[in-house]
Amino acid sequence: MALRYALLLLMLVFILSPALWLFSTAFKGQQEILMGVPSFIPEEPTFDNFITAFTEQSIFRSAGNSLFVSISAAVMTVALSVPAAYVLARFRGVASKMVLGWAILAQMVPFILIIIPLYLIVIKAGFYNNLLGLILVYTVWSLPYALWMLRNFIMAIPIELEESAAIDGASRLQVIRSIIAPLLVPGLVVTTAFAFINSWNEFFFALVLIRDPEITPLSLLIVRFIGANEGVRLGPLAATALVATIPSVIAFAFLQKRLSGALIGGAVKG
Amino acid sequence: MNKTKSRNMAQTMLLLPAVLPVIFFSIAPIGYGLFLAFTNAQAGNNLQFEFTGLENFQRLMSDTPFLESLRIGIVWAVSVTFIGLFASLLFAVLLNGDFPGKSVFRSLAIIPWAVPPVVIALMWLLVYEPTSGLLNAVLKESGAIDRNISWLIQPGFALPAAILVGVWATIPQTTLVILAALQGVPRELEEAASMDRANIFGVFRVATWPSIRGIVYAIATLDFISAFNNFSLVFILTDGSPGGAIRLPAIFAYQQAFEFGDYGYASAVGVAMILVMSVSIALAFRVVVRGGGKAND
Repeated sequence: MALRYALLLLMLVFILSPALWLFSTAFKGQQEILMGVPSFIPEEPTFDNFITAFTEQSIFRSAGNSLFVSISAAVMTVALSVPAAYVLARFRGVASKMVLGWAILAQMVPFILIIIPLYLIVIKAGFYNNLLGLILVYTVWSLPYALWMLRNFIMAIPIELEESAAIDGASRLQVIRSIIAPLLVPGLVVTTAFAFINSWNEFFFALVLIRDPEITPLSLLIVRFIGANEGVRLGPLAATALVATIPSVIAFAFLQKRLSGALIGGAVKG
Repeated sequence: MNKTKSRNMAQTMLLLPAVLPVIFFSIAPIGYGLFLAFTNAQAGNNLQFEFTGLENFQRLMSDTPFLESLRIGIVWAVSVTFIGLFASLLFAVLLNGDFPGKSVFRSLAIIPWAVPPVVIALMWLLVYEPTSGLLNAVLKESGAIDRNISWLIQPGFALPAAILVGVWATIPQTTLVILAALQGVPRELEEAASMDRANIFGVFRVATWPSIRGIVYAIATLDFISAFNNFSLVFILTDGSPGGAIRLPAIFAYQQAFEFGDYGYASAVGVAMILVMSVSIALAFRVVVRGGGKAND
């Protein structure tokens, strides 16, 4: 037992110390950061880094861009997935296997093979340097996973419920609205949160598809910030990063408990 | 007859909203990308190009920077996968079962999952930062070093430093999946095994491992693929020294496409990456199947 706690603590130190270091850097003054004292507790905690970041780095604008893109993409992903997920869950056939197959296969494809054609398509369609293009790309990217997750959630709803309602004379649409929909709410929340995090965290597509500072998402802003200021102003950079992590953490809180079930539940049950 | 027809029709209608975007903006572009690998497509000039067969691949075979990035990519992906897998396996076994504080430990363990890759890279930049970073500060305080080390630049340090970041980012997902698998192992199986063998490792080998190994192999394969394809983490870690010691294949391809405008050549790099991954995975499974066969004899 003592050994278990000792090993667990060791692992947690490895996992948490970089995160705590970022956290404490965000609240340290410039002088203290440059001295490189290995202390997690700032000597004189300050909000200066946040003030600098918010006034000089247009975080608000970028966070707004990220929120707009991520929420739109998440809602669109789920809206497009629900009908298809229902079919996949209730009428099992080749389609179901193809979706899972594609979700796995798509991971194997190096980004470069999709980004060059997408870049050309997005330019042709007039969506280059436009947040709509990004929303489209993120939606398509999250779709296979959303389909798979929602399918598992719908499969967990006993089909007998639907059948007995149908015997009582309810139409298919009524069945879906009054029986499936309420039971599916947790699944919808989890899948939306998942798709939101996917888009919020992404930066590679944005790197290629977005050019203007006015429409730069937050993740890309940080990357540009690193490129421009490395070694000089770590405090505001850490503060920005901390702000960028908050929405992910909130969304993550929604799905944490159900995540492993949603991802591998169907695989284990076969 | 008509009824099944209209039912199929309805099913198709429900599937289309999700399937069409994937076909048009995912499958078709990838098909086009695969095709570009056999052309001399360049940025600009209205994308006129010719089919050049295997020319790009012949060029790749003698392109030293590419071969070097491939070597680095394999070392990086294999290290991240194996170290990450062993750490996660240990972590999941420790987190499994009933003990005071388990839910706190479990929640803390998967924290990195919520952190955007950009922020993960940044947080390690701050740790590795030569003058103000945590690592040098700790090592100096403890007397292990007396001069600052530029972890991400000095040859010999850069790749291991990057691998550690990759491992850190891999652990939460892998641990959670293995933990879920562990919770599906029948209790009786482990209890029966522990009657015969007092040794905890014996119990693990005989009772636990056979029940979880399928999922472990699956997650290891996915980890390997995502590590080999990685762009974000290392791209940000090395910003400022793109030609450095940790130029992964994906970064090499990105430079070919968006710095030199060589679309055809960059796509060929992507195809080569798929080939290398497929061969590696096939080899790994052959070893596993042989090893598994021997262990059961």
